[in-house]
Amino acid sequence: MLRILLFRLLQVPVVVLVVSFIVFLFLTASGDPVRLLLPMEASDADVEAMRRTLGFDRPFLARYGEFLLGAVQGDFGTSLRLRRPAIDVVLDALPATLELAGAALLLATLISLPLGIMAAVRRNGIIDWVATTVSVLGQSMPIFWLGILMILLFSVTLGWLPASGRGHWTALVMPAVALGWYMNALMARMTRTAMVEVLGQPYIRTARAKGLPQRRVVLVHAFGNARIPILTVWGLQAGAMLTGTVITETVFTWPGLGRASIYAVQSRDYPVVLASIALFTLIFLVINLLVDLLYFVLDPRVRRA
Amino acid sequence: MAEGGPLLSVRDLSVSFGSGAAEVRAVEGVSFEIGPGETLGLVGESGSGKSVTALSVPQLLPYPHARHPSGSIRFEGAELVGAPEHRLQRIRGNRIGMIFQEPMSSLNPVMTVGEQIEEVLQAHQGLDRPAARERALVLLRRVRLPEPERRLRSYPFELSGGQAQRAMIAVALANDPRLLIADEPTTALDVTVQAQILGLLRELREDLGLALMLITHDLAIVRKMADRVCVMQGGRIVETGSTAALFADPRHPYTRMLLAAEPRGAPVPVPAEAPVVLQAEGLGMRFPIRSGLLRRVTGHVQAVRGVSLSVREGQTVGVVGESGSGKTTLGRLLLRLVDGEGRIRFDGADITGRPRRALRPMRRAFQIVFQDPVSALSPRMRVEEIVGEGLRIHGIGAPGPDRTARIEAALAEVGIDPATRRRFPHEFSGGQRQRIAIARVLVLKPRLIVLDEPTSALDRSVQAQIVELLRDLQARHGIAYVFISHDLAVVRALADAVIVMKDGTVVESGPAAGLFARPRHPYTRSLFRAAFELEPEPADDPPQGGALPGAAPGPELAAPPQPAPTGTEGG
Repeated sequence: MLRILLFRLLQVPVVVLVVSFIVFLFLTASGDPVRLLLPMEASDADVEAMRRTLGFDRPFLARYGEFLLGAVQGDFGTSLRLRRPAIDVVLDALPATLELAGAALLLATLISLPLGIMAAVRRNGIIDWVATTVSVLGQSMPIFWLGILMILLFSVTLGWLPASGRGHWTALVMPAVALGWYMNALMARMTRTAMVEVLGQPYIRTARAKGLPQRRVVLVHAFGNARIPILTVWGLQAGAMLTGTVITETVFTWPGLGRASIYAVQSRDYPVVLASIALFTLIFLVINLLVDLLYFVLDPRVRRA
Repeated sequence: MAEGGPLLSVRDLSVSFGSGAAEVRAVEGVSFEIGPGETLGLVGESGSGKSVTALSVPQLLPYPHARHPSGSIRFEGAELVGAPEHRLQRIRGNRIGMIFQEPMSSLNPVMTVGEQIEEVLQAHQGLDRPAARERALVLLRRVRLPEPERRLRSYPFELSGGQAQRAMIAVALANDPRLLIADEPTTALDVTVQAQILGLLRELREDLGLALMLITHDLAIVRKMADRVCVMQGGRIVETGSTAALFADPRHPYTRMLLAAEPRGAPVPVPAEAPVVLQAEGLGMRFPIRSGLLRRVTGHVQAVRGVSLSVREGQTVGVVGESGSGKTTLGRLLLRLVDGEGRIRFDGADITGRPRRALRPMRRAFQIVFQDPVSALSPRMRVEEIVGEGLRIHGIGAPGPDRTARIEAALAEVGIDPATRRRFPHEFSGGQRQRIAIARVLVLKPRLIVLDEPTSALDRSVQAQIVELLRDLQARHGIAYVFISHDLAVVRALADAVIVMKDGTVVESGPAAGLFARPRHPYTRSLFRAAFELEPEPADDPPQGGALPGAAPGPELAAPPQPAPTGTEGG
């Protein structure tokens, strides 16, 4: 296990390196941002001068090397749009994103697990029907569409919740629901499947033959085993939620990392793009590492192997 | 409590699954009694309803999918059918203990043995953790699990099958039950371990005055253990009586059939001038043990070491051994499904160093049949596709009517109606599926077949039929068999020569008749004693690292030879 963790830790810089190279390559290939930065009437000489100031006249690899050198010291350059260090722009937006993703994650986990467990225990019952409906709705409705629907209903028609912004807790409700919607659906379905599978195992029959109360059979014996495959999906989804923040934050104008990166891409603010992608990558890797650690805690076969 | 009366009284019990047109009646009007301290054997083949009957007693069937259209189950004077759940919970694991066929999968894989014993004590006796732990230790000593202190903290995957069954017995006996229901408790275990577990059950029964309901397909076990026997067929009890009377004078034809179902007959004699089909010398196979941060190879497990054998045309060589003895690895080495040490000559040609690609056209001549016909046949292929695949791969016969004729002939030869060739495997019984697996091999007209436990997943009466079939095919086509099995009765009925394996090496070998009559090696003798007499080992329960596999595997035996499903990588 220690070996796996060590291996994972060594993976982090490699993944970051590869990701940054790809992003850097694409940004360069899409043209330099100088034209966008200068007014329309700027002369060719102006453009050339600007290009030289920003270093765009130098070869690709030299620029990438320079970027890397700065990046490892936390310096991603200056935002072309905001004239502030790119890393500051990104770090300022991070808490809002963590708040949103955290709320969505919590919501999805707290609803999907009990729902999936109850659906599996009372198969073909009412709760099972609810769980199936939730998972079909969740997997068939894209975030942006759901977001707009919610804004129409709760903000425009009913006026209960603010349509955008951040600050009061009510502003968090709709973005968190929209972001957690898909994960909740997938997790509910996954939990049900895993629980149904485990409930058919011989050791569940043993637990019943011991005269244990139903609650203990289901929560300790069945869920104690089912949570291992559930954790796999949870980890994947928690990572995938990062992409969801880009859309959600745009729909609800949530001042987070996702929206910052979209603005940066639109305005060719490549230092901010690179900084936000580096941060996204890092968060993703940290989640993976945490999931691996959780396997260690939950599965004795991993722990003792 | 009804003093003096029966402990358990089952009257006119029926069990149905499903309802309406889909209703299946699994048990029909079954009645029996078990007195205090008495042992009742419930015997039958798969599908006879014996396990369903057993699970009805503590009401553990999947209700409401399962129903009791009729019947009453009275235990210690109280009715159990339809009793409220909370009352049943007080009886289960407390007054009635249960153990099952697969000890490994009957224990929760993510809880320690200690936790699994303690929880049943805490549930029924309200013990606190230290008291429960202390009692759990006493119980593990009682079932004579080696190193009980360490085993409390072990997870099931760290135990052998025999050790896991001992832990299960400790769970079942934790609260001093009056009745122990044992559903095929030794079927999944090696013969020597089986004898030890039965010995332990017998001893506990006497010491604790325990009544035992023993469900099994194995008449030899019933004969040794039970006071009275109920024979079940098709959901009904067809015959019942005291063990001695029933075995002396079986009345019902089904009982007679079961008693006669022991694989019988003798192998077909092989002429001395029959050509040698397969000759192997000094076969060996090592698996590396890796450890440490860098997964460096720190040692090897010798799964097979220095095994030589030769098989003549029309001859059967039996390979006998317990799990972990290396017999399956040997079978794979012989067919070069894995590569190891030693030389292999097939029909005189040395195939040892031959590249796999060059070997492929030859493979039609040496084939393999596996233990479990359910997982060996693809569930998504029709029988004719399964049987015909080899023809296609080896380009035998012309596509179309010619191949169909060959497929039909092979099916007919193994006793499967060729008209059913367009069906899927799940539409056949276990025995029929094994026949299809044999047809798949037979259609290629092989010179040699390695049969790896081909009868172990089947009922006794079906086993006898498969043995007949194999013998018949051999006589007709002169096929050579390497017959790998832990089941000595089957090997005796089929093999001309036998090699006995233990820990990867051959401990004894020779002509079958002589070897069965006069086993020389102590291990062979203990194996035979366990198999044919079901006597516990004289040195029952050796300490950890002792001589008997299964009871105490060192890390070597838990390692690759037959990869355990729980095997995980990492470190």
